[in-house]
Amino acid sequence: MDITLTIFGQSAAFFVFWWFCSTKVWPLFSNVLEERKQRIADGLEAAARAQKDLELAQNASTDQLREAKEQAASIIDQANKRASQIVEEAKDKAREEGERIIAGANAEIEQEMNRAREALREQVGAIAVAGAEKILERSIDQAANEELLSKLAAEL
Amino acid sequence: MAELADAAHAAAEHGAETTAQEYITHHLSYLTFGQHPDGHWGFAHTMEEATEMGFMAFHVDTLFWSLFLGGGALLFFRWIGKKATSDVPNGVQNFVESIFEFVDERVSEGFNHKNPVIAPLALTVFVWILLMNLMDLVPVDWLPEVAIFIGHFFGQEHMSFKVVPTTDPNITLGMSFSIFALIIYYSIKNKGAWGFFSELAFHPFGKWMMPFNLMIEIPTLLAKPISLGLRLFGNLYAGELLFLVISALLGLYQLPFHFVWAVFHILVVPLQAFVFMMLTIVYLNAAHDGVHH
Repeated sequence: MDITLTIFGQSAAFFVFWWFCSTKVWPLFSNVLEERKQRIADGLEAAARAQKDLELAQNASTDQLREAKEQAASIIDQANKRASQIVEEAKDKAREEGERIIAGANAEIEQEMNRAREALREQVGAIAVAGAEKILERSIDQAANEELLSKLAAEL
Repeated sequence: MAELADAAHAAAEHGAETTAQEYITHHLSYLTFGQHPDGHWGFAHTMEEATEMGFMAFHVDTLFWSLFLGGGALLFFRWIGKKATSDVPNGVQNFVESIFEFVDERVSEGFNHKNPVIAPLALTVFVWILLMNLMDLVPVDWLPEVAIFIGHFFGQEHMSFKVVPTTDPNITLGMSFSIFALIIYYSIKNKGAWGFFSELAFHPFGKWMMPFNLMIEIPTLLAKPISLGLRLFGNLYAGELLFLVISALLGLYQLPFHFVWAVFHILVVPLQAFVFMMLTIVYLNAAHDGVHH
């Protein structure tokens, strides 16, 4: 074991290297690592915040969807009601119209019948008169015939 | 096979008969620059000259690799750090960041006080020692042969060249005693000179046993840097020595053994770097702790 001046050379190098490492090397890496640590922390925080935002948005969208569904349901309901109302009204109107038409037709028929009856009566009178004239040529009991004829005419 | 050829080549170059012992000794000596006994400074040309220099010498090889690896790693880190962004990191940045975070986690587990320079210290120590240990896995003859080749141009014929800095006790103890200095500095800074002294003098027994306490506590304190440095040195030296023995003695059969030992050594290399870093953190944490009662 030969101890020489080398030991001082090595010691001097030791302190110089130590100084160099603490001032020129270590801070570079510790800064970079610190910065990266910060960035990762920020990133994680942002991710957590985004997650929360997403959750809120999902809740809001669910609410809105439910509301929209309810509205749609109520609109459909109203529409259905209105439709059945319109159908009901239409039915009523149609019935009234029908009744009115029927009544009109009936009245016309009545009128027509009366007119026909009147015409018939006149024609029956004429026929009767004609028949009577034919009969008169054979019998003379005109008074009795006349009575018979008026009775006949009254019965028609 | 390249190694074998290198070994044979080296043997041929050092004269026909290079014994295994000479081969190993040669690989365990340093390229030394120092003060010759006659007072002038220069490279040692033989191992004897290197021994004569004694303390007044530098191990140019281990010191060079130590500075090259440590400085290179830090400059590389700074280069990557300059380009680093907080976006998704690319491959290299990710690699450096994972080392950075590994060290940072160890520091936050083991160091309970606020001191922003401890984590950079742990990073420096860990990466530096890891790289120095990894030089162990470069086949033992490659770099010395390159050095000998270059040495030819400078008139250095029998140049030794050691490439694993952590097999030099100067390197490991240089680091561990620097950490020891930091232990003393932070102890006094945080506990005060008196607090630090009383920690040594009044424990584990009361103040009436002060000489005895000092006899226990001072060796304990000194054992920290010595064991820290020698543990690293011992592990790597033993590993390197076994590589040399395999290389020197087994000839053609060295390759499977070399491979098996290298695989085993891959475990030792990061483990020792890790142990050194953890103990550094633990010791400095203790230096920041308040006075124990």
